[in-house]
Amino acid sequence: MHDDDDNEAKEKGSGLSRRSFLKVSGISLSVPLVMGHRVIKAAGAELKVYGPGKVALTLTVNGKKYAAEVEPRVTLLEALRGELDLTGSKRVCDRATCGACTVIVDGKPMYSCSVLAIEAQGKAITTVEGLMQGDKLHPVQQAFIDNDAQQCGFCTPGFVVACKAFLDKNPNPTPEQVQRGLGGNLCRCGTYIGVRAAVLQAAKGGR
Amino acid sequence: MAEYKWPDADKRTLIGKRISRVDGPAKVSGRAKYSYDINPPGMLWGKMVRCPYAHAKITAIDTSAAEKMPGVKAVQIVQDVGSEISWIGASIVAVAAVDEPTAMDAARAIKVSYQQLPFMAVDTDPKLAGEFARPANSNSQGDTDKAFSEADTVVEGFYGVPMITHCCLEAHGSVMEWTDDKSVLAHLSTQAVSGSASNIARPLEIPAGNVTVKQDHVGGGFGSKFGPDDWDITAARLSKKAGKPVKMFNERDAELMVAGARPSAYARVKVAVKKDGTLLGWQSESWASGGLGGGGSPPLPYIFNIPNQKKQHTAIVNHVGPQRAWRAPSHPQGCLITMSALEDAAAALKMDPLEFVIKNLDLAGARAQVYADEFKIAADLIGWKKNWHERGDKTAGPIKRGLGLSLHTWGGGGHPSDCDLVVQPDGSIELKMATQDLGTGTRTTLMIVVADSLGLPLEAVKLSIGDSRLPASGGSGGSTTIAGVSSSARRASLDALDLVFAKAAPALDAKPEDLEAVGGMVRVKSNPSKSMTWAQACAKLGAMPITVRGKNPGPGNLGSQGVGGVQMADVSVDVETGIVRMNKMVAVQDCGLIIDLKTAESQVYGALIMGICYALYEEKVTDARMGRMLNPNMEFYKLAGIGDVGELVVHMMTGKGYDERGVIGLGEPPVVSPGAVISNAVANAIGVRVPTLPLSPDRVLAALEKKGGSNARI
Repeated sequence: MHDDDDNEAKEKGSGLSRRSFLKVSGISLSVPLVMGHRVIKAAGAELKVYGPGKVALTLTVNGKKYAAEVEPRVTLLEALRGELDLTGSKRVCDRATCGACTVIVDGKPMYSCSVLAIEAQGKAITTVEGLMQGDKLHPVQQAFIDNDAQQCGFCTPGFVVACKAFLDKNPNPTPEQVQRGLGGNLCRCGTYIGVRAAVLQAAKGGR
Repeated sequence: MAEYKWPDADKRTLIGKRISRVDGPAKVSGRAKYSYDINPPGMLWGKMVRCPYAHAKITAIDTSAAEKMPGVKAVQIVQDVGSEISWIGASIVAVAAVDEPTAMDAARAIKVSYQQLPFMAVDTDPKLAGEFARPANSNSQGDTDKAFSEADTVVEGFYGVPMITHCCLEAHGSVMEWTDDKSVLAHLSTQAVSGSASNIARPLEIPAGNVTVKQDHVGGGFGSKFGPDDWDITAARLSKKAGKPVKMFNERDAELMVAGARPSAYARVKVAVKKDGTLLGWQSESWASGGLGGGGSPPLPYIFNIPNQKKQHTAIVNHVGPQRAWRAPSHPQGCLITMSALEDAAAALKMDPLEFVIKNLDLAGARAQVYADEFKIAADLIGWKKNWHERGDKTAGPIKRGLGLSLHTWGGGGHPSDCDLVVQPDGSIELKMATQDLGTGTRTTLMIVVADSLGLPLEAVKLSIGDSRLPASGGSGGSTTIAGVSSSARRASLDALDLVFAKAAPALDAKPEDLEAVGGMVRVKSNPSKSMTWAQACAKLGAMPITVRGKNPGPGNLGSQGVGGVQMADVSVDVETGIVRMNKMVAVQDCGLIIDLKTAESQVYGALIMGICYALYEEKVTDARMGRMLNPNMEFYKLAGIGDVGELVVHMMTGKGYDERGVIGLGEPPVVSPGAVISNAVANAIGVRVPTLPLSPDRVLAALEKKGGSNARI
């Protein structure tokens, strides 16, 4: 970080600088263990400040509201897995490379390992657990089964979610688009041939 | 008494068909629970403090600050003061805390001091390794000097493959929980449910029967998960101290650094050939490394028993982390070295390598005819005749296309496997076996075997696996699972039929041996109208269920070992950027009787893709001065993506001549050849051998630069 953090922050109107954040952190050590966010004024803007220590948060996942208490540094992935016991999203690379943690946030596929849980509040989050309608598999899920697009299955939930999001945006993809559009998910067992076929089947089958 | 054999082709209702994997719905919906997903109430998170030096002695450990932190429930020293540590990332001290962030903070608060010791992290040249290079074995056959003096051509080359890691997507680890002071419930990520219980019990000094290992699904193993590992035992110790379940899984960097790697292998090779392509002699100086174990000794020359051979192998002992079995141990390395050398020999003779290999197949042992048959099919599938050209694509422009081939073998055989088949008086069926499904389709194949044997639909079979309290079955390694578990399940099914037939026969006015179970009915073979439903037949058992123990090994030849496969690849290489693109790859593979064609093919597709990964992208890069892995993450430890693998074609050798051999495993063989196939295709495209894998742009460009000169480069 540069010495002119404060100036940069003020100029861009981007809110809290690192220096003022550190000051705030120091103060909040004396607050109770669990709390919501506070609003402070920094660099002329009102800002939500969380933590350190656990903060209360609300996540909207698969249409349901969940309350949890986590430290601000906890990722959406870990909040889903640890707090909500929605363990379909997997932690693998933990740094936005492999896609095993892919969820849909406000319509967009995102690596949940690289989104803070507190930042995901107020957004519509869909995980792999939210794709089934009752007992009925989503057409993408059925296509994964039909084309055996899975082996150990650890990348599969993330891949299924990524395919769903991809098809929402590209309802009639070419094989080339499939290969480009799904390049953000890695599989170790080598199920790509099945995944390619599954995406094309799901596209044809309508969703 | 049942005759223990597989049903004839015309009697198979499920065996050999394309059946979707039975755990598919659980996996696609996220409901499948892996050990990493287990969150028992009150669970603590464990975190490991790891050694930052490649070779060191611990001089002090101070855990006092961590112990005072709120939320920290237990601290466990894994390696005490005075211990010698042999690789970066080795487990030293662990903590357990109420949540993961607290455990991370506590691990950071632990202070460990070390005295650094000399280490070795280079494996590319035995001369640089000094005292760490240990002569391992040397042997010879025939008269090599004579063979080389009589040869028309002698071809020399250098070939190698660096260490790679397993990179299981589910990291190694476990959730450990004491159910009373002497009993542990272990949710372990493992390839060996049955075998792990005693290995957990021993260090904890409790009876093996007090350890229950449970695992529904495992996120990859590939040979690296036969644990338990020290971190699993540590999690159990932390759990005992804290009185709560403890979850501890490797972070991704630790997973790539310490949870196993495939040994490297390098060799300088000389091949003596006659003008007509006849192989006369082989000389090799090889070396390998895989950590303190010194690596494996690759089988050289691979498959071809060249009459005159002189071989010397050196093990390099080093401090780059532990080696572990990786699909088909030593075979991919031996295959790459041998098939590259033979392709280079064919190129020197300006011979088509397909012709060269076929000419020498009499040296290929028992599967020679299978290879010949498979090569014909593969050549058709890839258009070898039409697309092959002499070494070096002479067409204009920077994109050069080439073809390559290779062949491979593997043993397999069925591992020991027990199962219990329970038949209830209402006709319901349950098979119980403490095996595991690595994603290879073990669940599906077991249900197919039982259902097909009893003439029932797949859904009629309830299956319980993944629990060490069930009848013991071997670990899943070395392609031994399918032959082991399917044989045991088949024997149990046939014995159960005998018992049911014995009870049902009087009612059908027939002898038990005249009955058959088909389509949910038990009926008289010669008069199918004389029948009763399966449930009616089972009702004759009385009030109690029967339990039949199936075993492998056992009577009848239900499984076998020894397969042959061939592969061909079509690649394009951009000689300006050095980038290799896969156009197409073909695998032709035998594996005896196939139980589920769909999952069998998937395993071969997967092996091709894993092979493309190590041929083009994977390398455990270690800094020689620090002994530290430089790419312990998935940005720089590269795996192929969905757009990197080209078109893949899998052809399984099935039917007459293959089915009679019984069931043979498929996990290892198809992953052996891809390195050699792709290296050969690249050499054919660009006119020069890229000596070492992975065929990354820098290596391709360096080889092109040296074209015409010595290709000995690392």
